[in-house]
Order: sequence, then structure tokens, then C-alpha cells
Amino acid sequence: MAMQSDSMPDRFIGKSIPRKEGREKVTGRAVYVDDIAMLDMLHGVTVRSQVARGHLRGIRFAESIPWDEFTIVTAKDIPGKNCVALILDDQPCLANQVVNHAEEPVLLLAHADPYLLEEARRAVELDIEPLPPVFTIDDSLAKKQLIWGEDNIFKSFLVESGDVESAWSRAHLIVEGEYETGAQEQLYIEPQGIIATFDAEDGLTVWGSMQCPYYVHRALMTLLNLPVNSVRVIQTETGGGFGGKEEYPSMIAGHAALLARKSGKPVKIVYDRMEDMAATTKRHPSRTRHRTAVTREGKLLAMDIEFVVDGGAYATLSPVVLSRGTIHAAGPYFCPNVRIRSKAVATNFPPHGAFRGFGAPQSVFALERQMDQVARALGLTPEEFRRRNFVKEGETLAVGQMVREKIDMAALMERALDLSDYHAKRKRFAEENPRRAVKRGIGLASFLHGAGFTGSGERYMASLVGAEATPEGQVRVLAASTEMGQGTTTVFSQIAAEALGVDFDLIEIVQPDTALVPNSGPTVASRTCMVVGKLVESAVLGIRQQLLSSSLLKDKYTSEQFRQACRLFIQNHGELKSTAEYSAPVGVYWDDEKYRGDAYGAYAWAVYVAEVSVDMTTYEIRVDDLVAVQEVGRVINPVLATGQIEGGVAQGVGFALYENVVWQEGRMVNSQMTNYIMPTSADLPRIRVFFEEVPYAHGPGGAKGIGELPIDGPAPAIVNAIENAIGVSIKRIPVTPEVLMEALEGVHA
Amino acid sequence: MPEAPKVAVSFAVNGEPRTVEAYPMARLLDVLRHELRLTGTKEGCGEGECGACSVLIDGELVNSCLVPVAQVEGCRITTIEGISGETLHAVQEAFVECGAAQCGICTPGMVLAAVTLIERHSAQPTEDDVRNGLAGNLCRCTGYMRIFEAVLQACEKSVGAGA
Amino acid sequence: MRSYVPAYDMRVPLELDEALETMAREPGEWKPFAGGTDLMVLLEQGRLADRKFLSVARLKGLRGFALTDDHVTLGAMITYRQVQTTAILQQEFPLLCRAAYETGGLATQNRGTLGGNIANASPAADSPPALLVYDAELELVSASRTRWVPYAGFHLGYKKMDLRPEEVIRNIRLPRTKKNWRQYYRKVGTRRAQAISKVCFAGAALVEHGGISDVRIALGSMAPTVLRCRKTEALLLGPLTAEMIRAAADELAREIQPIDDFRSTARYRTRVAQKLLEEFLLGLITPPAGESA
Repeated sequence: MAMQSDSMPDRFIGKSIPRKEGREKVTGRAVYVDDIAMLDMLHGVTVRSQVARGHLRGIRFAESIPWDEFTIVTAKDIPGKNCVALILDDQPCLANQVVNHAEEPVLLLAHADPYLLEEARRAVELDIEPLPPVFTIDDSLAKKQLIWGEDNIFKSFLVESGDVESAWSRAHLIVEGEYETGAQEQLYIEPQGIIATFDAEDGLTVWGSMQCPYYVHRALMTLLNLPVNSVRVIQTETGGGFGGKEEYPSMIAGHAALLARKSGKPVKIVYDRMEDMAATTKRHPSRTRHRTAVTREGKLLAMDIEFVVDGGAYATLSPVVLSRGTIHAAGPYFCPNVRIRSKAVATNFPPHGAFRGFGAPQSVFALERQMDQVARALGLTPEEFRRRNFVKEGETLAVGQMVREKIDMAALMERALDLSDYHAKRKRFAEENPRRAVKRGIGLASFLHGAGFTGSGERYMASLVGAEATPEGQVRVLAASTEMGQGTTTVFSQIAAEALGVDFDLIEIVQPDTALVPNSGPTVASRTCMVVGKLVESAVLGIRQQLLSSSLLKDKYTSEQFRQACRLFIQNHGELKSTAEYSAPVGVYWDDEKYRGDAYGAYAWAVYVAEVSVDMTTYEIRVDDLVAVQEVGRVINPVLATGQIEGGVAQGVGFALYENVVWQEGRMVNSQMTNYIMPTSADLPRIRVFFEEVPYAHGPGGAKGIGELPIDGPAPAIVNAIENAIGVSIKRIPVTPEVLMEALEGVHA
Repeated sequence: MPEAPKVAVSFAVNGEPRTVEAYPMARLLDVLRHELRLTGTKEGCGEGECGACSVLIDGELVNSCLVPVAQVEGCRITTIEGISGETLHAVQEAFVECGAAQCGICTPGMVLAAVTLIERHSAQPTEDDVRNGLAGNLCRCTGYMRIFEAVLQACEKSVGAGA
Repeated sequence: MRSYVPAYDMRVPLELDEALETMAREPGEWKPFAGGTDLMVLLEQGRLADRKFLSVARLKGLRGFALTDDHVTLGAMITYRQVQTTAILQQEFPLLCRAAYETGGLATQNRGTLGGNIANASPAADSPPALLVYDAELELVSASRTRWVPYAGFHLGYKKMDLRPEEVIRNIRLPRTKKNWRQYYRKVGTRRAQAISKVCFAGAALVEHGGISDVRIALGSMAPTVLRCRKTEALLLGPLTAEMIRAAADELAREIQPIDDFRSTARYRTRVAQKLLEEFLLGLITPPAGESA
């Protein structure tokens, strides 16, 4: 990992370099997919089932529309496999004979006139003979209807450490609890959109808002039966993703591609907000049951955890969401006997999918609520109980991963309690609350979040990053990682510039285009900086190495000398390229069969403290302060990293208090921003962010991944704080005022 | 289907007089983006909730997704394209420096909301003034903290400069 | 799913008379269109049933303002933003200013109008409870006549009102009778800003000689129209006691007709309405510190 000079301070790493594409964004010049218009372009729309489950008997076209002007696509027009290729390939791209969820796509229309197109969409009637749908986890498990596979179960896991059954009789206390989380909509402000063009010679090209160009590429090859080089996927500036554009773009790209192929013209599909909210993926709803045994000394003796997520009608990413939720279910604690039994089940809701945190926010909510319950049963404070049970360096986590990081959770927690003035406030609130109509409370959550793909995921992915020099001496980084606001472009540039020791503006991050960049893996799983960033470093060092080896560059050089060397090298050799491929760090073992071992290369560790007020007149809850302390390896760009934490916390506050999907017969009925409530600036507290750094050897500059970490902590910290404020233990989120009222007045809503 | 005839609507956009032929109830947002190819103004929700489509009409912040183009006859409209001249507006500079834009889709509307907020405050606003003043513009990425910092920084520069 | 925009027509008359003549010639064909913040949402959702509109937002005839010793008269096209910045309203009609501040966000407040809000008749609108408390009157004008109606009788049922197809609301007149009344307004929405109300409570009481000698209580989001709670008011005359407050809260629960919808529940709305009533009344017992909570 030799840099230009190890003794010189970092020029770029650790600095708040302004976002590379910042000027384009603040002037409105950044180009998002809906900003693009092409000659002869058609618009496309999707006709969807309004029924959650049934047999598709027929399709009727009203006579009021000039149908011969339209391009119409059904499942019959699919040349390849009618599926959205992902993990299990069970999800049709267009429903054929059955529908399994409301909003399932059945038919596609394209026309040049977007107004007429909407009129046409209204004029298509789907004749669906309903079948009895399944809408609850219990009904799915009870197999009242078999709606998927042999048993409605997409995936299940069993994680075991020690022997929980032997522990119950030895326990001083056993505490049980059941916790639920609801669906949450990603609500990226830019709706889903894709443009596709297709011709016999160039093949298929799609542009659009997405996180994973190569996922889309693979899905399109399968759907359209095209070879690798006949499909090209280009990411446009993406207005937010949060997981909502991890797998879904493969669906909408497939639709645009089919219309483009049939019409012979460019086709643009951009969803309106109502359609986007109702039809695309959301966070998996969950139910977790905890049974916890503790000793007289307040130490964890056994944790028996049942974790179930509702996957919706098709598998999509449920197996992986379940995996992450399972592995995170026992948290940053040491417990000698752990059993986690988890399942992802099928229901007739629109398929749930990736959303920042990816299973962990669900299982962490349950765990951190349960830890407070156990503390109370023991007569210990929440912080003392955790202090006695934090895992330490050298101890193992539930999946059997030995903690090799120099983490001191007790010290991290102390810092968070100190920064939030936790003890003084807890005391003051307890004194003042009896006299006040607005009661205040303070609560905490302690958690960890694994960065990168689970287990052998990164090895299977075998991510690649390329680098090439131009004759002008620019270094172009070729990676499939997408910028969607989290700062990929800037952080990669910092890493590359630091590694090469050249000026920042020598680095160019190429727009992710499958014709130009290799498969670096998807932009998910908090892996972009830590895993792909490391490959960026290696790839550019490969360029440097070639220059050094050719003697065109000395050990110490200026940016100008570097440029010259590139020019000369290219003159002599024609090109200057380098590729880096992922290789797993030595000593990291994961057993896929037993689901044990080193689940993640690195974890970020955190303690969040939330202060709330509960208005006893209106039952409204407000978060007044949120302190977020995390150990992250290395902060590559403080402003960007802080922005990630602040944004994730805001989404966590929404998850806890505001964001409620209202379902009626399997359809989301509050599918407008007016009725699906995300916090405005007036609803959020000051979010105070603090970092600690214990460098991770395999991350660029020592960095670990942090993208998802911040959404794990806020919800349990907030609900713990509510319990501190009013003495009511709430076990499901979102805690709306209506839910709070029913809990206080002792009636089940 | 019976159709209303298109009408000619004349208005100024970023100081330039323009005339469009459009259906009278076409959204101003669509006219700006498609007829005039001013794609800096964005659509986030189509229901006046997110503020991504904010423009100024006669100096006032409005959601252009809720304005029928027939109603802007004779008006002065300012879009994000009209905010910077040779150099960036102080608000835009501050947004870049403070990290107030992440994915950028809310940013044009947010910049306009910030510009109008600064114009409405003769003295330096407090963080609460900014927090409440921008409540009509939703951001899903930032949690708003960097945006507040940028606006307060831009205010200091304006107020300090006697702008 | 968006409406078929070409099917919608909008004319922009230059004068009020022109608008009224068009409406008189084809009654019910042309609907007045003010700021559009409600109607354009329906257009976006494919639910805007009317097809022909007359833009009235900038008509001078609807943007008047008059101040006498007895009344403040506001042109119907006054925007929420203008309500907030009008000095006499800040001084004597703070509940209306509060309601305007809580309606949508700034962008909505720059376009939305009081007259448009009244004619749109959403049961959840924020200004109507304040208007009822202030005993507002509406001037309704057509090509052939003018009439004044008390706002209290204007809403007849869900989206039904005492407004003829050829009429337009021209003015909203507020008698300057509440200057010395104790006033209270509280909106409970889905969030702190830019929210649709779940419960909206406006109250005012004249407190003299140690008791309430006159009172107004109006609620939004509690019934198909904004509701003036006269039966509850009737129980509140005289010196305020704990029993009176309890009895009034019970009566309020009977007088309102809240529903369950995807924003909230009838139980919540009822319970919170009662608590807001209590908060209002208990606030009357303590000396006036400021106005509404």
C-alpha cells in the first residue's frame, strides 16, 4: 500500500473536499433521466393489476382510443425468459396467467403523446378472477393458501452458538418480548425512470436512475435473450436510491426495453409519484420474538430469537435481507448461547426489497428494545446492562465471528452519554415530568453494522475496477459504483489522488456505463468506499507502477511530471491501463452451510442517544436531540461522512415515528407525499455526529463502510426514550400519536 | 375527445421574454421543462409537497407543478437557471462548500427557497428561522443539517456585504 | 394517473364583470379557479371532474381591502401569505394568521387564497374554524346581484355550499368584535409543517366578571364540513368550573362526527379534540400570557 511518501500528511484523505459534481447540482445542470429527450422518443406506461391475487382471464381495450397508434406489449412479446433475473428468478417481468400482487405489471403501452398515453392506460381493463390472498405473516406460515413454492417460505436460516435449551433452567430471569416493524418507502425524490433504445445492429442501450448497472445488464440479457455485448447500461445522475433502485430498475428497464424493441423507437418510462410508491419495493415488514435468559449478575446467558420478514409476492432480495437481519439480530453483545431462527415468507403484497439497512434496522429495533426490557427486569439501567454485556476484542459474536477490531463499546457509550448529557437529563426529566403536560425522555441504542457483502459474497462477486490514463495525463477510474448522493465520485477521486500523489483534478471518475467499466459489483451493502474504494486505490497504483517500471517516472514527482509520463507511455505503448480484482483478506473464513464464521470483513460500531418530548395533550412525539457516535475506521471526507449519518438518522426518525404504509386489500392507499409522511425540516432535531477512528487494514485509508449504519440506531433509541418519558413500552413502529394514545389508554388499536 | 385549443402565453423567464403555445391547463413545470428545455426545475411528486419544482413567480416562491400555464401570462418567472450569472449565487457557493447537496434532485428547489428566504430576512436569520422557512422543501438525503449551515453561511455573506 | 390535460380549458378574464357574465351565460359550465393548490392536485391524480375554468386569482375586483371601525373586509383572492403579513389581521384576528401560517408550506401560501379555500370546502381546511369563530360573513356576487351570508350557514354538507353556479365569493368580512376576547388555535397535523390536519380547533371567549359571557368553538376535520359547536358553547356560560369543563368535553364528543381514515382514527380525533377544549378552557382560568398554544 505504498504511497508517494508515507511520512507526508494526507492531502486528500480526511479532508472535506467539495463534491466533484457539486456545481452541476446547484445550478440545475446535472442531467437526470427525465431531463433527457431523444428524437422520435415515445413515452411508456404500465397497466397494472388492481387485484392482489387472481387468474388473468382477459384484457379489454375500450374503443375510444386509436390503438393502432400505440405500441402494446404483453408477456407474449418477451423473447427471452419472462423474469426479472436476480436471485431466484421467480418474478415475472409481465404477468401472464396469474397475478400475485396489486400493482403487478401486466401490459405496457407506448405513444409519443404523454397525455393520450394516460388516457389509454385508463382505457385498458384487466379481467381478473380473484383468488384468496394472503396478507399476514401468520397466514403465510399457516399455509392457508400456498402462494409460493411448497410452503410460502422464500428462505430460512438457523444460527446457533452454544446450547440455548440448556440455559433456561439455569437462568436467574427470563424475559420475553415481541416486536414489529412496518413497511417503509424509500421515497427518493427522483422517481424511477429509464430510457431504452433498441436496434438490430447496436443492440439494446438503456439509460436511467439506478444503483447497479450490472444487475440491470444481466436482467436485460435474460429477458431479451441478448448476448453480453448487445446490452449496454448507462447510469444517469440518480436522485436518491437508498436501496429502492437496487433491484427495481431491472424491472422498469425490462419494460422500456420491450417497448423499444417492439416500436423501433427510443422509449422513456418515468413513474409518477403515486405509481412509484404503490408499485415498487419497500422495506420488509418484520416480526421478532425474543426470549432472553440472564444471570443474577446481569450477564446474558441465552438469546433465543425468531425473526420473520414479509417478502411480498416474489423473492427479489428477501434471502439476502433475511441473512443480514439474522446476522445482526444479536447485536454487539457477548452471549454464550444464541439461537436465531429466521424466515422470509411470501404474501400477496407488492414485493418488498432493499432499503438501507437491509434487514438490520428491523432486527436491531427488536434487540435494542428487548435489551431495555431485560435491563428493567433486572433492576439495572439500560446503560449498565449493556456495559456488562458488550462484546470485547477477542470474544465472539453470535455467528462465531471473533472480534479482532480494537473496539471498546463501553467507552463509545460513555462518550455518547456524555455528549448527550444523558445522566443529568434523565434525572431532570424524572423530576419535572410529573408537573408537565409535555413529558421528556432520553434513551439509547447500541449496535454494529457489517460492511460489504456477507460471508463469501465479496469473493463470489470478484469485483473489478479499472484505471486508464489519457494522453493528456488524466487518470480515468472505471468502476460500476454509482453516485447517488452518498459521494462515490468524490471519495473515489480522493482515494485515487492520494494514492498517486497528484492534483485532485487529474482524476476523472467515468460515468458508470457497462460498455466502459468492469463489474465492480452493486452500489449496496455499505461496500462502495471500503471494498470498491480499495480496488480504486489498487487500480491507480497499477498505473503508477507501470510508469515507475518504465522509468518514465521517478519515486518523487509533481503532477505535471506525472502527466508527462502518461503522455510518453501512451506514445510508446499505445495505452496505459490497469485492473484490480477483489481478493479476500487472509484469515477471513465463512461457512455457508453452517452459517458461521466471519460474516463481515469489518463492522462499524455505534451508540445513538435520542431525546424526545411527548405531548400528553395530542400524543405527538418529537425528537429534540439526537447524538450519533460511531467508530468507522477512517473518515475519508468529513462533510460527506457527516452527511451520510445525518441523512440516515433522518430516515430512522421517519421509520420510528412518521412513515406508515396504509394497506387496503394489499394495495398501498396512502401513496402520495401528502399522505405518506416523511419528516420535514421542522420535524427533525439537530443531529449531532461524532466519529472515532480505529483504522481497518483492508479499507482505503483505513475506512470501513458507513452508508447503512445510521438508520439502525434511531428507531430503538427513540422508542426507548418514549418509554423513559411516559413509562409505556411500545413494541412496534411507527409510533404514531394514534398508536401512543391507544397504548396509554390501554386499548388495542 | 373534445380538446381545448392551445393558447399563446407570454411571460419572462430569467429576464428573457418567451411565448409558448400550450394547453391552458398544462403545468408550468412541464412547459418549462419540455417546451423551453429548462430542465433544472425538477418533478418529485406532482402534488405540491416536495418543492423540487419550486420557481419564483413575480419574486414569490411557488410549486410550478400546481400552476396552469394560462395563469402566468405577463409574469416574471425565475428558475434555477436564472440564479447564477457569470458566477454562482452566494447560496450556491455555500451549498457546494457546506455539502448541502447530496443526490441533487431537491437542490434547485432548495436553492430557490433559500434565496427567497434570505431576501425575506433583513437581519441574520436563526437556525430555527431557516428550519421553518425551508419546511416546504423536502430532502431525503441530507437530514437538512448541511443545508441549514449553507443558508446561514450565505446569509452572513449577504448581510455582511450589505446586500 | 394524470388527467388528459388537453380536455381542460382555462380562460383568463381581465375584469370581474367579464368573468361573471361568462358564468351567468353558461351557469355551471365555468368554474372559478383561484390559486389552484387544491384543484391542480386533482388534475394530477386524474380526479378533476370539472373541465372549464375561469382564472380569477388576479382579478382586481376580488383583491380589495377595506377597513372601517366595525369591519375588516378582505378580497377573496387574498393569499395566505398576505393574510399573515396584514397588520390589522395580526393585531385583531391572530387565529386567522395562525391558520394561514399552518396551511401548507410557503409555496402553497403564496398561491392559496382564502376564497379558494372556502369554496373548495375541504373538511380539513385550516382557516374555516378561525372564520367561524370570528363570525365571518361572505359577499357572494353574480352578474345580476350581490348578497351577504353569514359564513356559519354557508356549508350545507360535504362539498355542498350556499353558492350558486353563477356566483363567486367576492369578499370576506370580519366584524371587529373579538378584540378583547381570549383566543386559541391549535392544529394537530400529521407532522409539524406542511401537513393536513387531523384535528383543528379554534376557540375564543369573552371573559368578564370572573366568568365566560360569550364563547365560540369551531372545529375542522371533525365532520363533513367545518363545525361550529354550539351545544358545547351553550354549556360554557358563567364562571368556569371543573364540572363545566367535563360536561363540555362530553358534549363535544357527541357534537362532532369524526371518522377513521388513513390519516387518523375517530377515537384519536375525539380524544384530542376534548383535550384541546380542556387546554383552551384551562388557559382561560390563568391570566392571559400570550394567545394560542
